[in-house]
Amino acid sequence: MAQKAIREFDAKSILAKHWDKYFPGFTYAYETVMVQNGSELTQAAKDKKWLNEKALVAKPDMLFGKRGKNGLVLFRDSKPGDVSLAKATSWIDEKSSTAQSVYFSFDGDTPTGEAKTDMLTHFVVEPFTPHSQEEEYYISATCVGDDDMLYMSAEGGMEVEEGWDEKVTEVAFSITDTEDEIAAKIKANIPADVAEADKAKFAEFAIGFFKAYRELNFAYLEINPFVMQGNKIELLDMVAKLDDTAGFMMREEWGDVDYPTSFGMEEKSPEVLAIEDADSKSGASLKLTILKPEARIWTMVAGGGASVVYADTIADLAGINDLANYGEYSGGPTTSETKFYAETLLDLMTREKDAQGRDKVLIIGGAIANFTDVAKTFTGIIQAFENYADKMKEVGIRIYVRRGGPNYEKGLKDIKEAADRLGLYIEVYGPETHVTDIVRMALEK
Amino acid sequence: MAQLFTKDTQSIFWNNNTTAIQRMLDYDYTIKRSKPSVAAIVAPTSGNKFEKFFYGPDEIMIPLYKNTADAKAAQPQADVLLNFASFRTAYDVTMEALNLGGFKTIMITAEGIPERLARGMNATAREKNVTVIGPATVGAIAPGAFKIANIGGTIENIVQSKLHRAGSCGLVTRSGGLFNELSNIISINADGIAEGVAIGGDRFVGSVFIDNLLRMEQNPEVKYMILLGEVGGTEEYKVIEAIKSGKITKPIIAWCIGTIAKYYDSGVQFGHAGASANAEAETADAKNKAMTEAGIYVPSSFNDLPNKIAEVYSKLKAEGIITEIAEPEMNVCPKVRKSKEFICTISDDRGDEATYAGFPISSLATPDTGKGIGDVVSLLWFKKQYPKWATEFIETVMKTVADHGPAVSGAHNAKVTARAGKSVVESLVTGLLTIGPRFGGAIDGAAQYFKYADDNKLTPAEFLNHMKKEGVPIPGIGHRIKSLKNPDLRVEGLKKFAAEHFPSTPLLDYALTVEQLTTSKKENLILNVDGTIGILMVDMWRALGYSEDEINEFISSGTLNAFFIVGRSIGFIGHILDEKRLAMPMYRHPMDDILYDVQVAEKI
Repeated sequence: MAQKAIREFDAKSILAKHWDKYFPGFTYAYETVMVQNGSELTQAAKDKKWLNEKALVAKPDMLFGKRGKNGLVLFRDSKPGDVSLAKATSWIDEKSSTAQSVYFSFDGDTPTGEAKTDMLTHFVVEPFTPHSQEEEYYISATCVGDDDMLYMSAEGGMEVEEGWDEKVTEVAFSITDTEDEIAAKIKANIPADVAEADKAKFAEFAIGFFKAYRELNFAYLEINPFVMQGNKIELLDMVAKLDDTAGFMMREEWGDVDYPTSFGMEEKSPEVLAIEDADSKSGASLKLTILKPEARIWTMVAGGGASVVYADTIADLAGINDLANYGEYSGGPTTSETKFYAETLLDLMTREKDAQGRDKVLIIGGAIANFTDVAKTFTGIIQAFENYADKMKEVGIRIYVRRGGPNYEKGLKDIKEAADRLGLYIEVYGPETHVTDIVRMALEK
Repeated sequence: MAQLFTKDTQSIFWNNNTTAIQRMLDYDYTIKRSKPSVAAIVAPTSGNKFEKFFYGPDEIMIPLYKNTADAKAAQPQADVLLNFASFRTAYDVTMEALNLGGFKTIMITAEGIPERLARGMNATAREKNVTVIGPATVGAIAPGAFKIANIGGTIENIVQSKLHRAGSCGLVTRSGGLFNELSNIISINADGIAEGVAIGGDRFVGSVFIDNLLRMEQNPEVKYMILLGEVGGTEEYKVIEAIKSGKITKPIIAWCIGTIAKYYDSGVQFGHAGASANAEAETADAKNKAMTEAGIYVPSSFNDLPNKIAEVYSKLKAEGIITEIAEPEMNVCPKVRKSKEFICTISDDRGDEATYAGFPISSLATPDTGKGIGDVVSLLWFKKQYPKWATEFIETVMKTVADHGPAVSGAHNAKVTARAGKSVVESLVTGLLTIGPRFGGAIDGAAQYFKYADDNKLTPAEFLNHMKKEGVPIPGIGHRIKSLKNPDLRVEGLKKFAAEHFPSTPLLDYALTVEQLTTSKKENLILNVDGTIGILMVDMWRALGYSEDEINEFISSGTLNAFFIVGRSIGFIGHILDEKRLAMPMYRHPMDDILYDVQVAEKI
């Protein structure tokens, strides 16, 4: 996926790194630290004096919002703005020691929907910034359709989310707009509620913000709220996504940035991580998502489009409860890459027998390849069969193959011979059979 | 433009992807195209000038260029760019081509071009009215006319899927693999496709479904269209709008894949980067439903798509909209082909009579043909028919340099070798081996340096300064005894010939201003015969219309030396025959002509 969410701390760090380029008329103290526990915070305080001297705010930095409503923003001990380093340290230790439940949507202050429960592992700590409501603003940018959108509001925080239509000014920009055109559009659309005296400064900040969004290849960038006090800016809360396809040219600009999995989502299994690693090192494409490891139908499909069609068909004909995984290999993987991919799947598939005692089904599918050498990739699959044949027989697996493309006759013949030699059940079809028809055959048997 | 490609469309292939290019040429041969579909290859890091490919059983050469600008300048008729650069450089390659102009279609294969760059690139192309196919695509095909790279797979599959001749379906998909699959399904259930495009899997692609369908609506060969969409995005709704507004009237069969996505939260990415539903309307189910309501033929599932195609096809056939297609004759590519080790582009001895650049020898050899050795040189060395003044100049040069007495190093070597009892050829090569930077090489050097000075508009004084800095005496300037007062009559003859017959002599004119300056310093620093020849050769080539690059290449490849080699061989052979005639004995150099200064070697 091209758009990846990053931590608030990383978003602030990226802006801080390029601050003078985009916001030369403003200052930003960049007083923020990210820690995983209390002792890391104590350690950080040795270098960063402000942690000892100022009242603090602490909150988790794990890609989810509504932290205030979830009671996960520490800004008061006995009264707002009195949080000491010691208090922040103990609060972080407390919140990170047990799993926390987090709601993602609220109706007023009442949570709606289901909560997700997970450990809190990352926190940001910043100075408490006393300011008036009038000094809070909202700004964000993203791409909608073919255009870039800039959203601005004279009000920040929760108010803007709850009164979006009335309070937010939207401006659309074509990708080919020049800097002058962009600046003119922004100046002409400063929200009416921004105080007259602050309008010029707001426009200056918004122009810099939008330029940073574009040039630093953010896919989404939101500050809600930011505080503007004359030339002084505070970034109270940020949400950001990067276009990770731009990573190769942003290495310097982004620095060492982390793409965490979202809160409450299962950690990726070692198998998935291994496939991701192999994918990143290959010119070909290897993708794997485990949907339900105990389910009986496994797919090993070549091609991005074909893999979707097989998944659709299995869902239609068998229902999703029988579908164990989703994935694809494509773009001409080498024999050894295909072998590794096949072994990863076979390893997962042969760990347990079907709970209802049925045979498991392995769909080795694919459309008619444009340039992938079918015999070469099938050689990798055959090698994987050789290593897993005993386990496959023990679990009981029926294999259905359908494929076309360069060298497919040899590929089909080889895989059939290998399966027969190893005593595995196999049915093999070429382009004369409709691409997804093997799903029907497998289920009817 | 109703058609993306015709049978005359030619492309420039960026990146020397030999497998994909060979597939295109196999296709060209199969469908009997008159010209190959790839006119040029851009290979920035290759030192070669061409790449060999099979064209049916034979081989052809496709020229390589270092950059798109050179390729486009040499092959201006090629209006399709096949951009096979990596995701790191694909943007720059596309933008360069858009700025160069002259391309109607640009296909981009790279997956994962940064989104902001892809958007800028697509918008610029749209402004310039250039159709972009991709990024992240396998390409497009106009069956029977032009096929991009690997689309359609192997030639066997292409013929099997009836992609070798136009059918009546317009096909648009996102996925490249399923494009191929659908071509196969359409060939089984209908009569093949008239034009097909895989628009690409990235989130931001250049031409989208609607762009391609609107073009196909205008293409009289297309009788109905098939659209294979995906979960994510709202492009299918633009098609629905076009049907409602009457912009599309031809029947459409459509299906959006990714109906499974509804069962999972957005954490599972099904298929391409573009395939992720951000709203209910972007789900496959919603789009399939909306398309059905708009009167599009939508099957009940992907598995049911073949039946839907057969149904629509037989309906259109029954209505007489689609008629039977006559199967064209095809060439068949041989299964086993052997690449040739050698290439010859100057002469051919396979026919009744051997030819020099297409001219039978008998049409050049005898006096009544009016042709001289200069004509033979122009045919065999330059593959061109030079005009009379140029062939006569070549002959004048060869006659002028034929000999310069026995004392020059080459003649001396030849004589010594002949006296050692060696054969004519052995004696000749020892003489020829002395030809180089110091002997005969002034012709090359004069051409090179004077041309450099003239190209860079150096005044004679600046030129002299430049050569001084280089630490090189000016080649072609200076003679042992001759001066302006006592001119070299060979030089005078060459200059007179040029004045009378050359259309113009800009480099000689420049060289004479240099000579005025050098002879003012020392009177024997005249433009000598080597210099005059080298300089006039440049003037000749300029007058014949060669580009500066081509002339520089003549100079660097030693073509000027070649005139000297041929001419002087006549003299060397004369000296060798002279020795043989005189039966001269073995030569031993007199010892009193050698300075002996031999020290005892020190121990180290």
